[in-house]
Formats: sequence, C-alpha cells, structure tokens
Amino acid sequence: MVHGELWTIKELFVLPNEYIYWSIQIVMYPYMTGLVAGAFVLSSLYHVFNVESLKNIARFALVFSFALLPVAMMPLMLHLQQPLRGVHVLMTPHFTSAISAFGIVFLGYGFIVAAEIWFVYRTYIVRNIVRLREKVDRSAGETLLLTIHKIIALGAYDLSEKAVAADHKAVRLLATIGIPVACFLHGYAGFIFGSVKANALWMTPLMPVIFICSAIVSGIALCILSYAVFMEIRKMIAKRSQPGPGQIAELRSIEKHEVHSTARYLLLFMTLAITLELLDVIFRGYTAVKSWDIIREVIYNKDFVKIFIFQYGIGNVLPFILLLLPRLSTRRACLACLLVLFGVFMMRWNVVIGGQAFSLTFAGFMEYHMPVIPTSMETFKEGLTGAVSVAITPFILFYFLNKIFPAFIRDEKH
Amino acid sequence: MKRREFLKTSLMFVSGASVSLGALEFFDVREVLAAHPEVRWGFLVDTYKCVGCGFCVKACKTENEIPFEANVTRTWVERYVTLNDGRVLADSPKGARDGFTTSKIDRASEGFEDVPQDEISQAFFVPKLCNQCDNPPCVQVCPVGATYQADDGVVLVDRKWCIGCGYCIMGCPYGARFFNPVTHVADKCNFCYHRITKGLNTACAQACPFGARQVGNLKDPDDPITKILLTQRVGILKDEFGTKPQVLYIGLNKEVR
Ligand code: SF4
Ligand code: SF4
Repeated sequence: MVHGELWTIKELFVLPNEYIYWSIQIVMYPYMTGLVAGAFVLSSLYHVFNVESLKNIARFALVFSFALLPVAMMPLMLHLQQPLRGVHVLMTPHFTSAISAFGIVFLGYGFIVAAEIWFVYRTYIVRNIVRLREKVDRSAGETLLLTIHKIIALGAYDLSEKAVAADHKAVRLLATIGIPVACFLHGYAGFIFGSVKANALWMTPLMPVIFICSAIVSGIALCILSYAVFMEIRKMIAKRSQPGPGQIAELRSIEKHEVHSTARYLLLFMTLAITLELLDVIFRGYTAVKSWDIIREVIYNKDFVKIFIFQYGIGNVLPFILLLLPRLSTRRACLACLLVLFGVFMMRWNVVIGGQAFSLTFAGFMEYHMPVIPTSMETFKEGLTGAVSVAITPFILFYFLNKIFPAFIRDEKH
Repeated sequence: MKRREFLKTSLMFVSGASVSLGALEFFDVREVLAAHPEVRWGFLVDTYKCVGCGFCVKACKTENEIPFEANVTRTWVERYVTLNDGRVLADSPKGARDGFTTSKIDRASEGFEDVPQDEISQAFFVPKLCNQCDNPPCVQVCPVGATYQADDGVVLVDRKWCIGCGYCIMGCPYGARFFNPVTHVADKCNFCYHRITKGLNTACAQACPFGARQVGNLKDPDDPITKILLTQRVGILKDEFGTKPQVLYIGLNKEVR
C-alpha cells in the first residue's frame, strides 16, 4: 500500500498522487515546539523584565522547557520515511529549505536553555555537592546525584558574592537572547508552512506570527496547568509527612498567587493570537483570490466543527470567559488552561490537516482518518499511539530532570 | 578554462570522435551531454491527439518500476467533461492506467457518476507528468538537496540521500510527486533520464500510438518540438506559481487545473 493511502479518504476530483502525506506527527511537531518556546518565554518574563510575581513559576517553566526540548525533534523523526537518514539534514543542509535550518536553530536554542539552567542552578548544585559530600550514609540515589552534579558543575565551585552576581547577570543575558531565539524557532516552524506556495491555505506571511502567538499561549497554559498539578502533588506529600496546616496553607497561597498572575499574561497573548487568526480569515475572504472558493468550502463547511466549535469556541472563547470572570480559582484557571491547550492543538490540526483537505485541482477533497489501533509501524507512528508517545515523553523527562534541577526550590534569588 | 568551455570543447572532441582513448575514459558522452548548456529538455503534449488509452501510463509504470497495482504514478491522464449546464467534471481513475473504459465519471468516495451523452458539450483528455520546472519549488524546499536539477533542466531525486520528509511533495503545485512504495523515498517523472541521455525516446512517448507526447531539446532550433513551439500557440499549467514549467501543451483550456 502506498504511503498515505491507509488514512486518506478522497472525494470528487483528486489527483492520483495526492494523499494526506503530513499527518498527526506534523501536527505534533509545531505543537510541541510551540510549548517549548512558550514555556521559555514565560520563564524569561521574570528573568528579563523582573516580573516578581512570576518568580516561582519561572524556574519551573525553565526546567520544563528543557524537558520539552528534545521532544520537539521526536515527531519529525517519527514522520520521516527514512528515519535513519535524519542526520543528513545536519550533514548536507540545503539552505533554501526551511526545514534544513531547523537543526541549527534548534541546537542554538538548546544551548541557550542549557546554559541558562546551568547558571540558575549553579549555586544550588555547589551547595548540594558540599552537603552530599559531608553526608556519611549516602543512599545509592544520592551518590548518583552527587556524581551527576559533580560532572555538570564543570569545576566552578566559587560561591563568592562576586561569582553569584556574575551568574545572575549571565542568566539575564541568556534569557534576553533566548526570547528572540525562541520566537524565531517557532516563527520559523510557521515559515515551513507559510512558504509552501503550492498550498493555498498555508501560503501567507502571517503564518510565522500566528504560530509564535499561539505557541506562547500554549506554553503558558501548559506551565500553569502542570505547575498547579505539581503543587497539588507537593501539598499531598506535605500533608502526609507533617500534617501541620502551616506548610500546606503556604503552598496553597503561593500556588494561587502564581496561577493568578500568570493567567493575566495568558489572556494578553490569547487576545493577540485570536486577533491574528481572525485577521487571516477576514483578509482571505476580502481579497478572495482564486483559491478562496475551495478554502471557504473547507473552513465554513467541511471543517466547520473543528474550526469554529473546537478551536474558536471551546479552545478560545470559553477559556477566555473563564479567565476573565472575577474571583478566579486555581481550579477554574486549570480548566481554562486545559481548554486553551486543546484549542491550540486544534489550531495546529486545522492548519496542517486542513491545509491538505483540498486537492491541488481545487475540485476535490481529502480527509484524514487517524489510525487509532496500530497494526503496523506506519499506523503506530502516524496514528494516535505515536502522538500520545510524543505527548507523554516530556513529562517522563521532566521527572528525571527535576531530580537534578529541582524546579520547586525557592530559597535562592533565581 | 571555464568548466562550461571545457565541457563544450570536450563534447566537440567526443562527438568528432577525434579523441584519444585515454580521454574517453574520463568523459562519458552521456555525462557531457547532460552537463552541456546547449541542452534543455522539454516536453510537448498535444491534447487534441490524446484519446485516453492509458498506454503511456502503463509503459511508464513498467519502465520505471513503479508497482503496477500501487495507486501512485509518474504520469497520468485526466479526463475533462463539460456539460451543457456549464458543470465541469474531471477524473483520472487509477491515473488512467487502464484507460477510460466507461463513460461514467469517477467521483472517488462518491462513486461513479453517469452523465447522459446528450448533455455533454465538450470532452477531452490531458496527460500530465512532472513539469521539470525551471524554478522548481521541490528543489528549493528539499532540506538535504536530495532533489536537484541537472544542467539540462531535468529535476532528479537521489534515492540514496532522500530522508523521506515529504516536503517536496507538499511543494509541488502539480501533484507530480509521491512516495515510492518500494524505495520509500520521494519519486516522480524524470523524463526517462536513463533513456533520453542515451538518445532514446521516453517510454511514454514511445508507447503513445497517436503521437500525443514528444520529448525534445528546447535549445535546438531544428528539434521537431522546438519548431512546433515557434509556430503554434502553446500553454503551460499553473503559470501563477512562477515555477516556469517545461511541459508545454497544445490545446489547453481553462478547465484544466
Ligand atoms: S512539476 Fe513538481 S516535481 Fe516537477 S519540477 Fe516542478 S515542482 Fe518539481
Ligand atoms: S522527501 Fe526526499 S527529496 Fe523530498 S524534500 Fe524530503 S528529502 Fe528531499
């Protein structure tokens, strides 16, 4: 069977070679990259602009964005027909291609995040090494942690005031450079689509900006949500270990405060993202070039539910109202964030799959029937199971990263 | 000496056969021809002559080892039927591999549509293939340079280097590309490069009993297809994309997409 045939349903006049070639993994790709970029921008809000109220969530967002980082690569690899040759992109980059720059931008960005984490956690790492070294009855886990910390400390044990101040300066600098690089990383994921002139839906210079805005929205929403979940877990642990009400109340108040102030930024970026997406649709309708007939058919007819109900209704308007209503509770904020994440996912879906919903003939349609139960490598990779594996990986990575760089310590300045 | 001149002179030598055997070891005639700036392969399709028999599609599949049963093809034939009420129906069942054997129109998942003969105002066939664009978007977007353009204009795919990302398939406005089900890399028509560079005809042109397809050198004023181009009105597909296609059509009309 030909690649794509398994999940493509053709309707009316479609060219013989046309199939949905870019399936769920190419939806996951901008989605995951967007989460990385969004989480990083959130952490930078504190480091660069000194938004004091975001102090706690900023460190969490930084570590979390590091955990998300390798996952941005995963969907691309899973999607390749020749995954073992993926490295060719780095060996023979062909610079007129938008994808070929990905490796370079991605590595550069990864380096910035890694360096920033290092500077943020250096004091902690050194202290931990000192503490663990002195401890006589180290557990196996602690010995392992000590070794890891010794390696990543890179021999920089100086904790003098001057050295720590230099760390802070470096963090700030890296966070500042990181913002444009994160935006670029994602904007350029939008460029991969926006520059395909053969595709009437993708072909717009707005694509990169639309992608950046929704990326920041999804990143912030994910951070709020996971932050709240992890705080919940910590509350549970605190309750079990020392049932005094003091610590739990404190945790609760921090959580509420962080969630509240972050939600305000979420609203801001949501407004921006929705405005741009609507502008795109209005502009297309207004100029109504040749392709508008078929695009309108897809937007207002074929994909109406996916676009107007799922993406705009449930994914944008509803959480917007939930966040705007007075007396925002953590639970309501979490619900809103969940919907926002769903909305952004639907936006990616509607762009990637929706862009392939009509034929190059402008006279036929194609539909993607996502494989749910994997029967072969192909249906595993480009179906529900592949998407879910991509989605859970960052949480597994975060679990391990959190052991090395605890995302919830709050004694030091950063 | 510039590379171009170098090749030009060597071509003269080779074709003049006044060259030592030692030089022949270094210069393969085919390679020199391919790199020679005086060659630009082009293709001429005469839609008036095409009857939709599908012999070309069959011949192409056999020649280029594209599995016969697979629903992808390097070349295909489309049928256009205009009705009296202005409706335009088009189809290309299995790329017209078996020709058009019924007057019913293939509407994919909607089944076949029967059109009454007396309601048809116009009907014709349009063979399609890779346009070997002068400004090929598929070459532009390939992240590893696996799709490239030879100096004689033909766009080729390096099967050993393609990573199978599908970007080129997305980039081609003509639907000429697909994933080869055997090699699992991007595939498309290459004007039977292995044949034309040996002075042979393409498999499809050779198989066409009506002479609807012709391949030739657009830089040679004496080539039969160049002569037609100079004296007749010809059209290209999807001009608005600026890809500068080199497959030229006689008798194209606005219904053709
Ligand atoms: S027709 Fe498509 S595959 Fe052929 S050269 Fe043009 S863009 Fe490339
Ligand atoms: S599928 Fe192959 S030839 Fe096409 S763009 Fe990707 S690497 Fe290049």
